[in-house]
Amino acid sequence: MNLSTLFLAMAPAKDAPLPPNDAKGGPWSMPIQASTFAPETDAIYLFILVLCLISFVGIIGATLYFMRAYRRRSPDQKTSSITHNGKVEFLWSAIPAVLLVVIFLWSEVAFMKQVVPPSDAIDIRVKGQKWFWTAEYPANPGVQLNNEIIVPVGVPVRVTLTSEDVIHSFFIPAFRIKRDAVPGRYTTVWFEATRPGDYNLFCAEYCGDQHSEMRGVVHVLPLDEYEAALEEAGRLELEQGESLAAFGERIYTRKGCNACHSTDGTTKTGPSWKGIYGADRTFADGSSGKVDDNYIRESILEPNAKVVAGFTPQMPSFQGQLNDDQITALIEFMKTLK
Amino acid sequence: MSDKSKGSVAPDVPATEPSFWEADKGLASWLFTLDHKRLGVMYLVSTMIFLFVGGAAALLLRTELLTPEGDIFSATVYNKLFTVHGAVMVFLVIIPSVPGALGNFLLPLMLGAKDVAFPRLNLLSFWVYTLGAMFFLYTLFAGGLDTGWTFYTPYSSTTGTSVVSATLGAFILGFSSILTGLNFIVTVHKMRAPGLTWNRLPLFVWGIYATAVIQILATPVLAITLLLITIERTLNIGIFDPAMGGDPVLFQHFFWFYSHPAVYIMILPGFAIESELIAVHSRKHIFGYKAIALSSVAIAIISFLVWGHHMFVSGQSELAGVIFSFLTFAVAVPTAIKVFSWVATLYKGSIEFNTPMLYGLMFIFTFSIGGLTGLFLGSLATDVHLHDTYFVVAHFHYVMMGGTIIAFIGGIHHWWSKMFGVNYSEKAAKIGALLVFIGFNMTFFNQFILGQQGMPRRYYTYLPQFQQQHVLSTIGAYILGAGLLWTAIYLIHSLRRGEKATSNPWHGVSLEWHTQSPPIQHNFHGTPVVTSDPYDFPEIDRTGETDRH
Repeated sequence: MNLSTLFLAMAPAKDAPLPPNDAKGGPWSMPIQASTFAPETDAIYLFILVLCLISFVGIIGATLYFMRAYRRRSPDQKTSSITHNGKVEFLWSAIPAVLLVVIFLWSEVAFMKQVVPPSDAIDIRVKGQKWFWTAEYPANPGVQLNNEIIVPVGVPVRVTLTSEDVIHSFFIPAFRIKRDAVPGRYTTVWFEATRPGDYNLFCAEYCGDQHSEMRGVVHVLPLDEYEAALEEAGRLELEQGESLAAFGERIYTRKGCNACHSTDGTTKTGPSWKGIYGADRTFADGSSGKVDDNYIRESILEPNAKVVAGFTPQMPSFQGQLNDDQITALIEFMKTLK
Repeated sequence: MSDKSKGSVAPDVPATEPSFWEADKGLASWLFTLDHKRLGVMYLVSTMIFLFVGGAAALLLRTELLTPEGDIFSATVYNKLFTVHGAVMVFLVIIPSVPGALGNFLLPLMLGAKDVAFPRLNLLSFWVYTLGAMFFLYTLFAGGLDTGWTFYTPYSSTTGTSVVSATLGAFILGFSSILTGLNFIVTVHKMRAPGLTWNRLPLFVWGIYATAVIQILATPVLAITLLLITIERTLNIGIFDPAMGGDPVLFQHFFWFYSHPAVYIMILPGFAIESELIAVHSRKHIFGYKAIALSSVAIAIISFLVWGHHMFVSGQSELAGVIFSFLTFAVAVPTAIKVFSWVATLYKGSIEFNTPMLYGLMFIFTFSIGGLTGLFLGSLATDVHLHDTYFVVAHFHYVMMGGTIIAFIGGIHHWWSKMFGVNYSEKAAKIGALLVFIGFNMTFFNQFILGQQGMPRRYYTYLPQFQQQHVLSTIGAYILGAGLLWTAIYLIHSLRRGEKATSNPWHGVSLEWHTQSPPIQHNFHGTPVVTSDPYDFPEIDRTGETDRH
C-alpha cells in the first residue's frame, strides 16, 4: 500500500449510508447535546476543566518560575534550609479536599437523576449480541429493529439492556449515557431526547472482532411522527413493485447480516456471500455439501449444524427473528451475488 | 569520600577492590547470582527488552489507526496487538521495572546493607519472573490472546485464543511480585545501617516499601481470580460465565480489587524516584518529607477501597458507585500533596538542568495532567460519558507512561553511572528527552479530545470524523518511539565508549553515593554509620541568609 492511499482512503464504503457526525460543534468540543442529561454533564465537565486548568497553570507556572529564578548559576550556589511549612501544607491539602467534595456532590446528584427513570417512560428492550443491537418495543409488539432505535423527542425512554453472549456497552455520546449490556441479567438506562436528528450508538465494551462495527443509529423524531415511523420501520415486508432480491438486500442490512457476511468476497467473521449460492463447501467436521436453499435455511435457523471449515461457530440463531418470506428473499438476494 | 564531616559516613574504599561486575566471571555467575546488583541489572535488561516488544506492538496499532477503515491487519490481529501491548507493558514492564531493576540495585545500597534480607529468594523471584514471561511468549506463538489485558469474562471464557497460558503467565508473575515485595519489606525493617532511622530513609525507600505492601496484599487476589478463569475454561465449572451459571460482574470486582491497587504498584515507584531526582538536582532538602512518606502509605491503604470506580456503568449497585466515587476523590488528596511538595522543593534551590532533572521536571508536567484528568473519571456523571473512551486511554498513559516510565528513565540516567561505572553523552541524552517529551504529549493529548467526542477505545475501525486526531496521535507515537530507541542507543553506546564515572557525580548524600561506582560485590567495606538525613546537602544555607533574599 502506498502512502497516498493510506492518507486519502477516506471514502466510505459505497453501500453504507454515511454515519451521523455528532462532533458538529468542532474538533475541540463535546458532541452535540441531544438529551436532558447532556447540558448538566457538560457543565460539570466544564467546571472540572476550569479547576484543572487553574491548578495546572499554578503548578507548571510555579515550576517554570522556579526553574528560571533558581537555576544553578554557580556550583556552590547556596540553597534555602526550608524543610516544611505546616500552614502551607495544611492549605494545599484542605483547599483541594473541599473542591473535590464539591465536584463529587454535584456529579453524584446528576448521576442519581440518570439512575431513576420516571414512571411514565416508554419502554424499549435492547439486546446486544456479536455484533449488532436488536431493539424491541413492548408497547408495539412485532416491531424489531436492528442497529437502530427510534425514539420520540421530549418523552422519557427507559432502555432495558441485556446481552446474548459477552458484555457489550450501550453508548450514545450525544445523550451522554452509557450502560453495559450484561449476559444473564438486565440493566437499565433512561434518557429524554431534546432535539430531533440522527445520533451514533456505539458499543463501548470490547466484544471481539467486529466490536468497532457494532454501531447503530438513534433516530429522534417529533412525537407526531414517532408512532408512524415505528410502524413503518417495524414492517419488513415486500414493497409494492419491489423485486424479491431487493427485498432480500434490505433484510441483509436491516437484520445485521452485513456485520459478518460481506457481499464483495472479503472474509469477515463468516463466509462472504459472493458466489455462495450453488458453491461446494467443506465443513468443520470434514463432511461436504452444496449450498442450496435447504442448507441456507438451516444455516440461518441452526447456524452451528454445519460450520464451514476455517470458520468458528459464532453465529446466533435467527429462529423467530426471520419469517419464511424473509428467508426466501435472502436466498434470492444471494443468488444475485455472483 | 571528601565530605566526611557532613552527612553519612562510610569507610573508604580502596581503589583496587574489583566491582561487582568483575568479582565473578562466567555465565553461571550471572544466572545463579545472589547479588542484588546483578539481579537488578538482569531485571533492567529484561524489562527493557519487553518495553521494546510492547512498544513495537503499540507502533503497529497506531499505524493501523492512520485510516478509519481496517487496512493493514485483520480485526483479529489488531485485537491481539492491543492485548499484547497492554499485557506486556503492565505485567512484564511497568510492574517489575522500578522495583525489580532500580529497587533491587539500590535498596540495599541505600540502607547500607550487604544485600537484601533473602538473597536466594531474590534469585527465585527473578527466575519465577522469567518463567512467567516464557508463558507470555508461548501465548504469543500459540495463536496469541485477544481479550485485552483485563481478561473480562465471559469474553475470556469463550474466546478461542490462548487464554489459559496467558492467565497462568500472569499468575506466575504474581508470585515473583509477591516474593520481591516480601523480601523488600523484611530488608527495610531489618537491614538498615546504624543510625538510619525511619525518618532518615531516602524517599525512594519509602516509596518502594509502600509498593511492597500492596504487592503482598493485592497480588494473591489476582492470582486466585486468574486461576478461577483457568478452572472455568478447563473444567467447565461456572464461575464467571453466565452460560454456566456464573456472574461476569463478579470477575470485574475480583479483577479490579487487584488491578486498582496495582495501578499504585505501578505509580508509587515513580513517585519514589521523583523525590530523589527533584531533591538531589535542586540541592535542597525535600519539602515535606513526612507528608510525602506518609502520603505513600495513605495511598497504599485507600487504593484498596476504590476498585469500583472502574465499574460505574457495569451494572454494580448505584450506591456502591457513589461510595467508590467518594473514596476515589479521597485518594486524590495525598497525590496532590506530593506534587505540591516536589514543586515547593524547587523553591530557592540550585537547579541543574541535567538529564535526570529534565525527566524529573517532565514528570511534574505529564503526571499533573494524568492526575488532574483522573478527576473527570472519578466524578460519576462525567465518567458515564467518558468511560471506555479514548479519554481513559489518554488518562492512564499520562499516569503510567508520563508518570512511571518517565520517572524510570530519569532514574536510569540518575543512577546509570552507579550501575555501570560510565557516563552517557549528556548532549545525546538531552535530544532523547526532548523527543520523548514532544512525542509523548503529541500521542496522548489528542486522545483526551477523541474521548470527549465519544470515540470508544479498542476500536479497529472508526468514524471518519475522528481521523485528524488519530493521524496526529500516530505521528506522535513515531516520534516517541524514535526518542526511546535513541535513548537505548546512546545508553548502550556509553557502556563501550562512555567515559569512566566518578563515584558521586551528583554529590548525593544518601548511602548509595558513598561507595565506588560500580559498587564492590559487598557494597561497602564495613557497615556505614548514618548521622544525618539523606537530603542534607552541603549547599544548604544554615545561616538563614538565603531565606532573607
